Amino acid sequence: MLTRVLPSFGSRRSWRVFERNFMVYRTQWLMLVSGFFEPLFYLLSIGIGLNRLVGTIDVGGRPISYAAFVAPGMLATSMMNGAVIDSIFNTFFRLRISHAYDAVLSTPLDVTDVALGEVWWALARAAVYSASFLVCMTLLGDTVSAWVILCWPAALVVSLAFSSLGLAATTYIRSWQDFDLVSLVQLPIFLFSATFFPISVYPRWLGALVAASPLYQAATLMRGLGLGQFSWVMIPRLAYLVALGAVGLTIAARRFRRILVP
Amino acid sequence: MSETILEAHGLVKRFGDFEAVRGIDVSIARGESFGFLGPNGAGKTSTMRMISAVSAPTSGSIRIFGLDPTTDGPAVRSRLGVVPQEDNLELELSVRLNLEMFGRYFDLPRRVIRERTRELLAFAQLSERAEDRVDDLSGGMKRRLTIARALINQPELLILDEPTTGLDPQARHLLWDRLYRLKRDGVTLIVTTHYMDEAEQLCDRLVVMDHGRIVAEGAPRALIEQHSSREVVELRFSTDSHEEFLDVLAPFAPRVEALPDRALLYVDDGDATLHDIHASGLTPASALVRRSSLEDVFLRLTGRTLVD
Repeated sequence: MLTRVLPSFGSRRSWRVFERNFMVYRTQWLMLVSGFFEPLFYLLSIGIGLNRLVGTIDVGGRPISYAAFVAPGMLATSMMNGAVIDSIFNTFFRLRISHAYDAVLSTPLDVTDVALGEVWWALARAAVYSASFLVCMTLLGDTVSAWVILCWPAALVVSLAFSSLGLAATTYIRSWQDFDLVSLVQLPIFLFSATFFPISVYPRWLGALVAASPLYQAATLMRGLGLGQFSWVMIPRLAYLVALGAVGLTIAARRFRRILVP
Repeated sequence: MSETILEAHGLVKRFGDFEAVRGIDVSIARGESFGFLGPNGAGKTSTMRMISAVSAPTSGSIRIFGLDPTTDGPAVRSRLGVVPQEDNLELELSVRLNLEMFGRYFDLPRRVIRERTRELLAFAQLSERAEDRVDDLSGGMKRRLTIARALINQPELLILDEPTTGLDPQARHLLWDRLYRLKRDGVTLIVTTHYMDEAEQLCDRLVVMDHGRIVAEGAPRALIEQHSSREVVELRFSTDSHEEFLDVLAPFAPRVEALPDRALLYVDDGDATLHDIHASGLTPASALVRRSSLEDVFLRLTGRTLVD
């Protein structure tokens, strides 16, 4: 899809980067397993734990359990964390430490293939993790509508946005110390994006700020789909996430070019 | 006249205000072993990156295989092998997977990759280490693997940036031997080095670079004949400055150079000169007569030694 939208960006060769990552991760199965358990831990701790305290809440005139309210937001959060951690740590390693990308660029692949290939990989991971999340969610009884299945493709869009932004952010990281800066951005996004509570708790001006957070848009989109409460606002939300993905990818490729082939 | 495999005219590479390469012209024939010689910072690596179709020149033109790498990058790179200065192997993968994955980047069929991987493992003397992680290999082994990896697409032109820097003498000789074999098989080699002996061993023809420019070009022996004397007498005195001895030594040779640790006399008959020096009552702490080398050519052309 992306190759068609952005015709000059990347080529079929970008799949080789996906293949390379797959080869590496085959030897690091522990990482894949941890990605599988992460959603389960989220659902168990926040879902079951807080569910006791909060009980039911009212969404769109309908009372639902807190666990059902928070689970789609957790899925969005898990997509963000997975995409950011993967692109930041692994891309940083290949870009600045092992210089593996330099080797790739001496082959027919170019920088746009590398950037796009990393995103393909992030999307594939997201497809597996979000599916396992949705299965866990269903088994724990936190789904209230069959429309929750739409959270799966939506999770890919969320992952596209965050992995592209993560990729772009990684190119600005110069040393391991800079990772603290990433946490400094990621943590408030995680805590204040109205994933655990409705945005209506904020005063109006703060709400406007929170609305700019991609995680808020992602969580709200997921919640709507998960509860089967559709609205036209979902379209701009989706468009916002896709636009962030495109911007992130463009910046990433430009920065890659600057760093790798000056 | 044999076929030209690479041709560059007026090649310039600028990084901001810094001009790393300041207008060089080279033409390399198929089957030739060509060297770029020069100290660190002479512009060799920037030149290599341009002729590997990786980084675009600021100005000037390059044709490789008759193609323009700035527009036909993937087509050019598919026929090149590149051995970078720093090993950039996949540390998380095994030796075998490093080769196999590289073959995939070139879109080679799996069957071909398997066959070539087996041959290249033998070529690099790494067959026994095939399943080991790259992290566990010695420096020389990593270097050989990097070279083997660059050969997975059977390149017509192999570009090596300081292939033996940091290796012990034994590992260097093994690498040189592998490079001779490739040359014998008709692969065109382009090598950068700041080791004189390496250039003399490997290159049919070379250019000497300094401050982004080519200062001399020719076959190693021809360059020595042209820019240096037949022999060199090296003298060490117990002194803080060999400059002090320039006047005293001047009558013994047409040209005398003072380095921080020794004085060099460029002469035709080293033994005779040394005899004259001893006869005059001078007492150097040590004395050595040797043949002229590319190092002397470089010193003559730039006034500096290659490895500081």
